[in-house]
This record gives sequence, C-alpha cells and structure tokens, in this order.
Amino acid sequence: MSLVNPAGPRGRRPRRIGSPTSIMIYGILIVAAVYYLIPLYVMVMTSLKGMPEIRLGNIFSPPVEVTFQPWATAWNSACTGLYCEGIKVGFFNSMKILVPSVIFSIIIASVNGYALSNWRFKGSELFFTALIFGAFIPYQVMLYPLVIITRELGIFGTLTGVIVIHTIFGMPILTLLFRNYFVSLPPELFKAARVDGAGFWRIFLQIMLPMSLPIFVVAVILQVTGIWNDFLFGVIFAGTKNFPMTVQLNNIVNSTQGVKEYNVNMAATILTGAVPLLVYFFSGKYFVRGIAAGAVKG
Amino acid sequence: MAATRPFAPLRNLNAKIAAVPMIATVLVVFIGCTLWTVVYSFTSSRSLPTLDFVGIDQYRRLFTTSRWIVSLRNLAIFGILALSFSLVLGFILAALMDQKIRFENTFRTVFLYPHALSFIVTGLVWQWILTPAYGVQKVVRDLGFETFNFPILTDGRFTIYAIVIASLWQGTGLVMALMLAGLRNIDDEIWKAARVDGIPTWRTYLFIIIPMMRPVFATTLVIIAATIVKVYDLVVAMTNGGPGIASEVPAKYVYDFMFSRGNLGQGLAASTIMLTTVLIILVPWALYEYRPRNRTLGVGK
Amino acid sequence: MRYRSMLAALAASTLLFAGSARAVDLEVTHWWTSGGEAAAAKVLAQSYDKLGGDKWVDGAIAGSGTTARPIIVSRILGGNPMGATQLNTGRDAEDLVKAGLMTDLSELAAKEGWADFIRPSKLLDSCKYEGKIYCVPVNIHSWQWMWINPGAFKEAGAPVPTNWSEFVAAAPKLKEKGIIPLATGDAWQVDGIFRVMLATLGGRDLYLKIMDDKDKDAAASPEMKAVWQAFANARDLADPGYVGRQWNEATSLVLTGKAGGQIMGDWAQGEFGVAGKVAGTDYDCLPGLGVHPILDTGGDAFYFPKNANPEVTRAQLKLASMLVSKETQVAFNLAKGSLPIRGDIDMEAANACMQKGIKILADANNVLPSIEQALSSDAQGQLEDLNTEFFANKDMSVDDAQARFVEIISQAK
Repeated sequence: MSLVNPAGPRGRRPRRIGSPTSIMIYGILIVAAVYYLIPLYVMVMTSLKGMPEIRLGNIFSPPVEVTFQPWATAWNSACTGLYCEGIKVGFFNSMKILVPSVIFSIIIASVNGYALSNWRFKGSELFFTALIFGAFIPYQVMLYPLVIITRELGIFGTLTGVIVIHTIFGMPILTLLFRNYFVSLPPELFKAARVDGAGFWRIFLQIMLPMSLPIFVVAVILQVTGIWNDFLFGVIFAGTKNFPMTVQLNNIVNSTQGVKEYNVNMAATILTGAVPLLVYFFSGKYFVRGIAAGAVKG
Repeated sequence: MAATRPFAPLRNLNAKIAAVPMIATVLVVFIGCTLWTVVYSFTSSRSLPTLDFVGIDQYRRLFTTSRWIVSLRNLAIFGILALSFSLVLGFILAALMDQKIRFENTFRTVFLYPHALSFIVTGLVWQWILTPAYGVQKVVRDLGFETFNFPILTDGRFTIYAIVIASLWQGTGLVMALMLAGLRNIDDEIWKAARVDGIPTWRTYLFIIIPMMRPVFATTLVIIAATIVKVYDLVVAMTNGGPGIASEVPAKYVYDFMFSRGNLGQGLAASTIMLTTVLIILVPWALYEYRPRNRTLGVGK
Repeated sequence: MRYRSMLAALAASTLLFAGSARAVDLEVTHWWTSGGEAAAAKVLAQSYDKLGGDKWVDGAIAGSGTTARPIIVSRILGGNPMGATQLNTGRDAEDLVKAGLMTDLSELAAKEGWADFIRPSKLLDSCKYEGKIYCVPVNIHSWQWMWINPGAFKEAGAPVPTNWSEFVAAAPKLKEKGIIPLATGDAWQVDGIFRVMLATLGGRDLYLKIMDDKDKDAAASPEMKAVWQAFANARDLADPGYVGRQWNEATSLVLTGKAGGQIMGDWAQGEFGVAGKVAGTDYDCLPGLGVHPILDTGGDAFYFPKNANPEVTRAQLKLASMLVSKETQVAFNLAKGSLPIRGDIDMEAANACMQKGIKILADANNVLPSIEQALSSDAQGQLEDLNTEFFANKDMSVDDAQARFVEIISQAK
C-alpha cells in the first residue's frame, strides 16, 4: 500500500482513525463517493431488474428478483435495426480503432510536448497557442472540411483515416499535458545530457520517457475514454467495415422496439464502458507507481 | 548570441522535424478550418457549402434569434458554475485524498469512473434521477414528504442547473486526478518547512501549494474550459434543449443549424461567434501564460 | 393493362440484369429503428434478398434524422457512399443532387411509367430536379392524426371524444384519475401538435394561404389566433415529464392507458400494430382531430448515391424498381402504418384507421402539401423553436407568439 511508500501521499502527518480531523476527511470523501456512485448504482440495479419491476418500482430500490437476462440480451441479441446480435458485434472494431489511435496519438503528442518544452524554436510558442485554440473548436464545425481533406488524401473511410482524425483531435490537450510535464522536470537532467552530447531523440528516449510514466497514464486514460466512447468520427471516418461498438449502443439506446427496455440499455452501457472502466481500475495502481518514479528528482 | 549559432533554419532541426505533424495540424486543420468557418459564415450556404455571399445577414439573424441569446446565457451560467465548482471540488477532493488516507485506490476509482462512461446513457440516468415522476422527488415524497418539489429538470428556469450537476459528476474526477498528480509533485521539503514554521495546513495550501501548482491549474483550466465550450452530448441526452428552449447551448445551435436545419451559413456564423469569444479570452492569457521564459534550455548550452 | 406492361418491364429488366450480374452487397442506411419502423425495414430487406443475387446490408442509425443526416451526407461527400439511403426530400437533398452525387433514375422511371401510377403526383415532383428523377417515394405519411385510448376515457368516466373540443372537455376527468390527457415529447413532437392544429382547426384555406402564399395577414388573422389559443390549451394537457421523451414512448403511454391521447402522424400506428392492438377497439384514431378531415402528404424517400462500380448502380436500380412495385408497397405500408404511393393497388388488408386515411386521400380537396414541401427546413426550424418555447413557457401570451409567427411567415420565401 501507498502508506509505506515514501513517494506516496504528502499530507501533514499520519492520523489515527477516529480523530476529529480524520472523521471529517472520511466523512467528506464518503459523501462525495455516494454522489458519484448513485448513478452507477441506479444503472446496475436497473440492469438486474425485469421490465415489470422497472415499470412499477422506484429507481433506487434493489431488484426483488435478480435477473441477468438483460445483460445477455444486451451482449447477444438486442436489436440494432434489422440485426439482433447485441453490442458484441462492434467490440473488435472498437478495439481495432482504439489501439492504434491511442498509441499513435500519444506518440505524436509526447514528442510535440517534448519539443515544445526543451527544444523551443522560433514560432513554436505561436503554434502551441494555436493548438490550444484548436481544443475549443466544436468538432462538428470541422466535419465537412475534414471529410474533404481525408478524401483528398485517399484515407476517407479507412482505419488510417480514423486514426489520423483521433490523433488530430487528441493533439491539443495531450500536447499541453506533455509539455507541462516536461517543463516541470528538473532542468539539470536535460543540461547534463546535453553536456554528454546526447541529441534530441536520445534524450527523449533515454531520459525523458522513463521519467514520464504518470503523464503517459493520464494520457492513456484520456485517450482510451475519448476514443472508445466516440461515435461520430468512428461512424463517419472508419468506414463501413469498422463501425465501432458505440454505433450499436446508440442504436440500442435510441431506438425502442415497442417498450423502452431500460434494463437492456443500462446493461449495454456498462458493457460498452467496460474497457475504459478496466483501464481506470488498473491504471490507478500505475498512477501511484508512476508518481513514485517521477519523484526521484527531489 | 545568435552569431555563435549555426545557420538559423537548420538549428534545432530535429525538434522541427518532430513538430511537423503538429505544425501541419495547426495550419491545415485548426487554422484552415477556422478560416473556412469564417468565410462560409458570410454565405447563404444551405446543406452544402456554396460561395454565395450575403454579407452579415447570418449574423444579423443570429442576434435577433431568441434561441441563440438563451444559448449564450446558458453557456455563461453553465461555464461559470461548472468551472468554479469542478476546480474547487476537484482540489478539495485531491487535498483530502492526499492525507494518507486508507482506501485511496478505491476512492480514486470511484471519483474517476464517470469519465469512462458514454454520455448517451449517463444523460439518461441523470434524466431519470431528476425527473419528478420517478426520481428524487418521488422517493422523497414516498418517504412521507408529500409536498416536496424538485422540478429541476422540468422547470425551464432550473434545467441548466440540472445539467451542471450531471457535468460535475462526469468531470470533477479528472480534475481531482490532475490536482492529485500536481500535489504529489510538490516537494516534501516544502511541507517540512511549513511545519517547522508552524504555518497552519490551510494556509500552506492556499499561499504556498496552490501558487506552486500554477501549471497544473493552467492545464486543468484549459481542459475544463474546452469541454464547457463544446458541451453538446450531455444536453442532448438529458433534455434535448428543453423544456422549450430553456437548456439550449451554442454548440447545439451550431450542430442543429448545420445538419438538421440545412443552414450551414447560420451554423457557421454561430460558430464564428463562439470561436471569436474564445480567441478574445484565450490569446491574452496564452501569451502571458506561455510567454517565452528564461528556461529555453535546448539551444546551444 | 398498365399493370401488365409494368410487370413485363420489370421481368425484362430483371432478366436482363440476371445474365451479367455479379451479386453485390447493397448497404442501405436509414433511421427506421422503432418497432413498427424496423418491421417495415425488414419487409424491404427480405423482399430485396428474395429477388436473388444482391443482398441488402442494413445500415440503421438510430436517433432520428438528426443523428443520421450528418453521417449520411459526409459519407456521400467523402466518396464512400452507401448503396441507398433514406433521406428527406426537399431542399436538403437537392444540394446533393446539384453537386452531381446522386444516381439519375429518370430512365427507369420512364420505362416503368412511375408518373402514371404514383399518386398524388406531388410526391414524384419532390424527387425531381431539373426534370430528372433522383429519388423513390415509398410511402405517404400524414401528420393530422390523433390517437386515443378509449379505455382510458372509460376508466375516468368521461365520454370517448370524437373531436378536439370533446377531448379538451374530458381532460379534467382524466387528470383526476392520474391519467395524462395528452402525451407528447421532444421538440419536434410539440411542433407537430401545432402543425396539425393549423391544418385541422384553421382549415384548408388558412393553411394554404399561410404555407403556400406566405400571407402575412392570414398569419395575423383572428382565425389564426384561435389556432394559437387551442395550442395554448394543449400545453395545459401535457405532463411535465414530456421533456426528452421519444415519440414512441409517448405512443406507448397511450397504448398502455397511462395517457388519453397523442397527436402524432400515422407512423404511430406501426407501434399499435407491433403491440397487437386492434384499430377501432383497443385504440381509436381521429384524422384531422375529428374537425376537418384533411391530411398532408409527406413521406419517406430513398436516394441512391452515385457509385463508380456499375454493378452497384445495377443493384440500385433493381432496388428502386422493387420499392415502387405493388407487392412491396402493400407489405411495406401495412407494416409501417403509412399509405401506399400507388393509387392502383388493393389495400384490403388495411385496418380501420388506414381505410379512413385512404378514403380521405381519395378526394384531392382533402390533400394538403406537407410543411416540409412548403417551408425550407430553416423556416421550419424557426417555427419549431417558437412552438416549443411557447409550449414550455406558460407565461408567453398568445399574442406574443402570434406576432413572432407572423414574422417567421413573412420572412419565409
């Protein structure tokens, strides 16, 4: 546990459980946690109820009779238009889009951030400001020009196309994160490497990268979430063969075959969210470990 | 100093090569698309862009449309509330998490997970929780408080606050994570020194730690602000702009006019106004925040 | 006679194609995903597959046209078009046609004599651009219907209404019983209530003056004020939970007796059909709100984006021909709850409500142009904003709303 980790929490000093301050701390955290958990609770409970129970009951009450049918339906047989094969169809497509997009966008953005923090050149700040500005442009506005650009490049409707699009839209925020992180690293390291005659790429690969785990974790979290949950770009730029899972989710949630099946909708959402959720769950540990790695500097 | 350096364009060549994708994106996509937007906002383009110029007609219409005015007002309310609450709450949560607590992993996961779920359904869940017929109002009434009223979603005067509540739920966890990373990067010596000097914890946070975390705040601010300006999915999933036009936002105005009302010109005029506003706020701040400092390490040292 | 020649042409063309054909997968995008709609799409898919060779690949995108439209348009623009797509006729599709991105169907239409059997002829006109035909109308949908659940009224001890004013009179009793008098939902559904009232309570002349002539005085007239007044009454009949509700959820409220009625186009009938309800007993319909029996004639249409592959073009034409064929028209429209585009087929199987509709449409005086044909989607949007704002804000007066209405109409061209 992080309790014994020297690079762990930096509060004033360890407190005994039961002291007034710690009661307050845990009190606030628990209240906040309840607020965060209520929607998940509602979703999980609803997904375990049958439709008659949902219609009669209170959304906060636990299921009287637990059923896993909605989960099976959501995965295997919920109808999305004509086909009733559930959301499993898009899972591998989403993976095909996710993995290269995350890797590619993070590589590009980390190199950008590194160049912008340690190797500034004339105009680099200007480009950086324009890049940040890009984060504020609503995606939809750029849709038609991007369709035309990718068409001219011959990558519209291909996996490459959607990877490029995700790289472009991930770039502003990721570059900002990496730049700020590299700026905060001790300059002595960089200077020493320069004195040793190391160049741009060597310093990046041998000195900067090993120290950057925490920021990579944050970048992965952001990208996995954003790309996995993306609907618009996937459906437009990835091509018919690569429709992501969110297309099925949208079709299940936004279409009603007779009565709206809330339980199936909720199960489908949790299933679709499973990949980013798992990433969050596991990256929590690396997060702490990554901080420890970064803290050697002191 | 410059005289001792090699020929200017070749200096720092690797960095420039490395920055090519970024430069291309900025020039072609961001600046290119912005110019495209501005140019076509002066045309009468319907569903497809055409260069049929009509002067400032689209803008004149924009500012006489009550839906646009309501959208701007909503964005202001939403922006101020979401920004300040997520920064304050995110920081407080991070500070509490930093107190050598038990179950840190659990708490962090709990605060972060909403960020992992798609808006399509989180909007639906919040709609449920806040709808009078099944949600909080019904539960409280069932407990015996017959007259309890909580029409936050259905009364147009409050709907935008319902969206703030859902957006805080979705976004504060990430702010907390960034802040926590920032806090963990503060040197332990600072805390020791503050302790030796007998400075109370809250003062240490307020006057020493927070100023030291400036870059973290700047990053967080950009991330939240960019999300706020673009807020769209959440509104669509929760209220679709209703009741009436009470919870409309600018990004939705742009989207609706571009794609379902077949009036690209109007949508692009609205988006030009959005971008100009961002520019007016962002540029002075960015120039200040990211101005070249004395830390230009890379070259020739 | 005409029928036989058409069949012959169809057979000939199928034969001709069969020789050289290399089967293709024809991707068809649409946003028909509710129960009745999906059933109707299935009819089309199955009939197409049955023709042999080519296959219908379903590309449904749920969430009404708003979600699907940008996806469809950008894919066509980006040069990765689908084989065929549902798209609203009118000015929006016209831009794509103008850009030369749609397959010209004129030759097929001439060969099969579409102009002779498609009725009313306005339907085919809306597919025309510079004299050429670019889309296939597949059905007629009209907005001017009200669906009621007689059971709900009986339960509340109120007489089952036969027109709008009786409905309003019965509403308080429904409310007492905790039944929502009028089920509605998202902005466009609220907007629909107004459209229907304009045509049915305002009457044909007023409707035409405002929609076709964009007559400012008619928009400001006392008759129009009465329409606004009725719309103002309607806002007291809806429940607060209408925010964000989908149309078929509202229909299902009526279906289950939780609501008394719904003003919604005839596509709602597909939902009753899927639920196994019988027209005339389980539910009832009031065309024209029981006041003026008039219907507008909007509908769905399919477009065929141009494709470099001649095999795809062949498969497209085959689909186009199938869509207007008698068999498809009957089966498809029974599932969708809409009326066929052909005047020469037997809709015996149609239920009581559809029969009412067919009868009304038989008299050309009862047929109105739909608002989609009369106003640009932009002006429609302005009207929708006004209507939803008015509906949600009970402090907004009838006079204020009418003043803004006059402005929208006078600006629309």
